Amino acid sequence: MNDAINLNGTDAAIEKMSQYGLCKRIIPCLDIKDGRTVKGVNFENIRDAGDPVELGSLYAEQGADELVFLDITATIEKRKTLSELVHRISHKINIPFTVGGGISSIEDVYLLLQNGADKISVNTSAFKNPDLLNGLSREFGSQCVVLAIDTKQEEDGEWYVYLNGGRTKTETKCYDWAREAVERGAGEILLTSKNNDGTKKGFALDITQLLSTKLPVPVIASGGGGSVQHFIDVFTEGKADAALAASIFHFKEIAIPDLKQALQLHDIKVRL
Amino acid sequence: MKLAIIKYNAGNIRSVLFALDRIGVTATVTDDIEEIASADRVIFPGVGEASTAMQYLRERKLDQVIKGLTQPVLGVCLGMQLMCRYSEENDTNCLGIFDEEVKKFDSPSISQFKIPQIGWNNIYDLKTPLFASVANGSFCYFVHGYYAALGEHTIATTNYIKPYSAGLHKNKYYRVHFHPEKRAKPAQQILQNFISGDI
Repeated sequence: MNDAINLNGTDAAIEKMSQYGLCKRIIPCLDIKDGRTVKGVNFENIRDAGDPVELGSLYAEQGADELVFLDITATIEKRKTLSELVHRISHKINIPFTVGGGISSIEDVYLLLQNGADKISVNTSAFKNPDLLNGLSREFGSQCVVLAIDTKQEEDGEWYVYLNGGRTKTETKCYDWAREAVERGAGEILLTSKNNDGTKKGFALDITQLLSTKLPVPVIASGGGGSVQHFIDVFTEGKADAALAASIFHFKEIAIPDLKQALQLHDIKVRL
Repeated sequence: MKLAIIKYNAGNIRSVLFALDRIGVTATVTDDIEEIASADRVIFPGVGEASTAMQYLRERKLDQVIKGLTQPVLGVCLGMQLMCRYSEENDTNCLGIFDEEVKKFDSPSISQFKIPQIGWNNIYDLKTPLFASVANGSFCYFVHGYYAALGEHTIATTNYIKPYSAGLHKNKYYRVHFHPEKRAKPAQQILQNFISGDI
């Protein structure tokens, strides 16, 4: 007999269902240039703070749920470095990771996935060629296609899409692009608010909540996380599925184990 | 002990190899029919899309090879989907080793349950030696929009929207819907159990 079936509807089954479920995710982001991390880091217990593999391993040990590696290498010639780096990351690090930056074709994605990336993220290339999202989800499945959006709230109160690392404004509203991208096959949205990024004054709760409650796919909130309370807010009010941050982890302003303990105390389910 | 990993157009073969390497096991990645048939254990990995993967397997007659295996076989994630009879993902007829259908998650509230499920969730009601020494409620990593319902072959349960099969077992075929190649202890234990356990 199968206990799992017999338990259905019983008190024991209901207790298990409330105890067990999907966790909210904490995701450190590492910016990579020519194979090295570029934002400063402040750890005395690693030998080479510039090595993405070593820093990523440290975060994995501390309980990070996933990692994002964002390649900001300017030239195409140096892209080969990225697939070699992804290979090293995959060998050493045993939590899932997403790779983004400059990906514009199915061939690019194939190379990164073959080298061990779990997910890839696309941004400007998908906006300029939305069919890329259809092609990627058809070829590899939506679950590994992350759409990154850089967005900014203008004086008219609307959130607009920005391209090219947040330097170029478009006239497209963030929600409209996100919805189209999901229809085309994006399986997750990585949403960065330019208004909040770098401020440490908290995540953009309203646009995060809008996307998270209107779209069927998970939303990763990014930009502005500066305190434990900000993370609590983005999961409760912002309804985010995951929260991403960089410098507060790099500079040890918040330790991942402390952050997750605090979230659990606020009844936010995390992996401890 | 000869361990074969079936080579096809799936995304996570490398991470399975690396996970095995971390527990000191070497495996051969192969689409050679003889080599797969003569292995002691076979892993059928996979991250990807069901119809594209099935087409690839059929073109190389790997579908027949997989169905004919008598040694222990571990299907992972997409590999697990493909071992079922049918997947709603692009209306795909699969290998039919398990009679189950793979359905798309149907979210009752999109602000509460996103599709695909992405992240860490618990596995519980664990059965068979595949899960020996794995604690009830262990965290495993899931990335999927499709699932198999609970049934007579269920050997692990996960709760997302409702409880569903995180693992299935029939004869020498085992399949898990999470990624045993990801994350330290429970996942490594499951791989170790598959390779050296009495299954």
